[in-house]
Amino acid sequence: MSNELDYLSRRVAFGKLSRRDFLGRAAALGVSASFANSLLSSAARAAGPVKGGTLKAGLVGGESTNSLDPALMMTQVPFAFGKCWGEMIVELSPEGKLENRIAEEIGSSDDAKVWTLKIRDGVEFHNGKTVTAEDVAATLERHSDEKSKSGALGYMKGIETIKASGKEVVLTLKEANADLPYLLSDYHLIVQPNGGKDKPDAGIGAGPYKIVTNEPGVRHGGERFANYWQGDKMGHADQIEVIVINDATARTSALQGGQVNMINRVEPKIVDLIKRLPGVTIRNHAGPGHYVFIMHCDTAPFDNNDLRTALKLAIDREEMLDKILRGYGSLGNDFPINASYPLFSEIEQRKYDPDKAKFHYKKSGHDGTVLLRTSDVAFPGAVDASQLFQQSAAKAGIKIELKREPGDGYWNEVWNKQPFCASYWGGRSTQDQMYSTAYLSSADWNDTRFKRPDFDKMVLAARAELDETKRKQMYHDMAVMVRDEGGLILPMFNQFIDATGAKVGGWVDDPHQELMNGYALAKCWLEA
Amino acid sequence: MSSPIVKLVAQRVALGILLLLAVSVLIFAGTQILPGDVAQAILGQSATPESLANLREQLGLNQPAYVRYFQWLGGVLTGDLGTAMSSGQDIATSIKGRLWNTLFLAFWAAIVAVPLAIILGLIAVRYRNGWVDKLISGLALASTSFPEFFIGYVLVYFFAVKWQIFPGISTVYDGMPFGERMQAIALPAAALTLVVLAHMMRMTRAAILNVMQSAYVETAELKGLSAFNVIRKHAFPNAIAPIINVVMLNLAYLIVGVVVVEVIFVYPGMGQYLVDHVTKRDVPVVQAVGLIFATVYISLNIIADIAAIVANPRLRHPK
Repeated sequence: MSNELDYLSRRVAFGKLSRRDFLGRAAALGVSASFANSLLSSAARAAGPVKGGTLKAGLVGGESTNSLDPALMMTQVPFAFGKCWGEMIVELSPEGKLENRIAEEIGSSDDAKVWTLKIRDGVEFHNGKTVTAEDVAATLERHSDEKSKSGALGYMKGIETIKASGKEVVLTLKEANADLPYLLSDYHLIVQPNGGKDKPDAGIGAGPYKIVTNEPGVRHGGERFANYWQGDKMGHADQIEVIVINDATARTSALQGGQVNMINRVEPKIVDLIKRLPGVTIRNHAGPGHYVFIMHCDTAPFDNNDLRTALKLAIDREEMLDKILRGYGSLGNDFPINASYPLFSEIEQRKYDPDKAKFHYKKSGHDGTVLLRTSDVAFPGAVDASQLFQQSAAKAGIKIELKREPGDGYWNEVWNKQPFCASYWGGRSTQDQMYSTAYLSSADWNDTRFKRPDFDKMVLAARAELDETKRKQMYHDMAVMVRDEGGLILPMFNQFIDATGAKVGGWVDDPHQELMNGYALAKCWLEA
Repeated sequence: MSSPIVKLVAQRVALGILLLLAVSVLIFAGTQILPGDVAQAILGQSATPESLANLREQLGLNQPAYVRYFQWLGGVLTGDLGTAMSSGQDIATSIKGRLWNTLFLAFWAAIVAVPLAIILGLIAVRYRNGWVDKLISGLALASTSFPEFFIGYVLVYFFAVKWQIFPGISTVYDGMPFGERMQAIALPAAALTLVVLAHMMRMTRAAILNVMQSAYVETAELKGLSAFNVIRKHAFPNAIAPIINVVMLNLAYLIVGVVVVEVIFVYPGMGQYLVDHVTKRDVPVVQAVGLIFATVYISLNIIADIAAIVANPRLRHPK
């Protein structure tokens, strides 16, 4: 019963339940009005940040092979822990704006080729040294070096020279790029003393928490860094802990049992059950991640645009969103951009149309079956989604043959190798990043083999364009091209579905990544 | 100690070592015939012919397989298991903590499971074919027949979520107080106990029942000994060899077969470590863990053999 009261009083504090309703519900639970009132006021007091306690997260996406080297971060646990101990040069705010962190100011030359970062005073590393322009420059240098194997290397290659002078870092690009500040918000680019060149996995950063324990694949822990430069905004809990829980059921039960305060990746099929648990709040919000079926535009039979169009028309997006994501997502439109990106513009929604699909299929001249490879690891529910696709396509007279591939090795042997398979993308923070990663002719991860010199030119032109209106139009044209001529079938954008337990305050939805773009542990607090 | 026993024991140990060598050859060969080599696995997507050649040179992959096998074996014998490809860490160091965790869990599961199984077995014999026997056998068989993950989740549901007595996740770490550690492993140990209980219990029951048919047991009964004393003094010592065997098999299972339980309870043991590295194609780690598992299995079997030999009166008292 007290659990329920706690829960109700928090709902009032967050404005989800009226005061009158609360008192009524409390009376129904057999609580006197004065006691209920006092509960309410303590919940309201708790609505501001509360210092202290240990905030724990149980997360999927950690392995015993993880390293503290930011260059090598790939999965969710190093990502989220990195945001606790590391400080970024610049970050994206939940509203999608640029937020200056270690860089106090970012300016560019008119042609967007030379960028100057002014480094903030008074930011301190955990080893007591002050963050200098040299540290920032060295960090960027290390991530631009092939040897670092950095996950940010793809963008960093575009920087020609990096120079530190006084309090400034000057970057000269090989080609103009209006999006540079966004690229610098890449989560790999944690500023380290001397760029981490001495010891990449030393785990010394300038973030709100100092690393205390680091057991890859098991748990990571930190304690509040007393000299954090923005102690009023981040680092409310005394300690934070990330416990690696890769099993979905174990994650949910740990949240239910109160061993952790927040979890990531709640499966859509159990969201409705978890919602009913007292004290648990589901935190779902749209992001740029999407589930896809990808066709190689340069491999028969998919080198025929009529066949590609037929398949795009033969998928029932609404049914898939409903059955696979249980509504926790939004419809896709065969280009990889949605409203979570800056400069997005709407294009007419493509719908399931068996007749039109039949028409294009006939026109393509293809005969026989189309082989689609799928696997459980492609995305949650990928095998079911492929079966739905098979059935909706059958109604248009297109025979899809399914081949279920083993999850182990799917990303090495099937994705980006076989001409037609299921897959997913996590999305990027700008349209340019997304298109450069997967749609440029020269991109390693061009998994639809969409090789069009005219498209490449548009990407480069848009990248250098500083006029937002013109740029928006350019992105619109590119999206139409990918949608109508590309090899991407994008039935749905998924949502991030996290969950928090009782007493977690300060949650703000962030469209960029799960767990408030990784900042949940640093920005949330435990209510008293 | 008389000579036949020493000779038999020496034979078993020598056989065990030979077997282990054979297993090491198999493990090495197995990882060699996998498609792609270590260099390719390390470089992955970014592999170019030159970088592949360089890395092969660097890792000594140009040498013939048998040379590499003996180098690897030499390293293993001197305690050097190599370094993990994926994280660059020393394998021996990272395995030590994991192995210790697995042994810790297995030890406590065994401390509960083995005496419990044997006592339940004895009770079942004492009241054979009665309702007590049927109840014990029924429950034990049922708990073994359910898959481990099901038992694990049921335990979590009741003890961690509903009643909140024990934690549902068993993350243990260095420097954790003993009491907390025991509390953390309560549920996985219970799950393991339930899984191995029936096998040992049924074997105890069957072995003793077998002996109970003998003439000397009848004599003992006729002497007027109580039923429990007959079992304890006369039947059990003669039935001990098969019981030890099955106990050892189950101990081996507790160490090498706990992957599922470790994953469910998020316990940082060997199983989880192996799974992580298999998915990353981290061959040196997989080889090392495979060899450790094989060593555990073979050693426990040797111990079972030796114990059975030593426990056999006919061998202890040669004519």
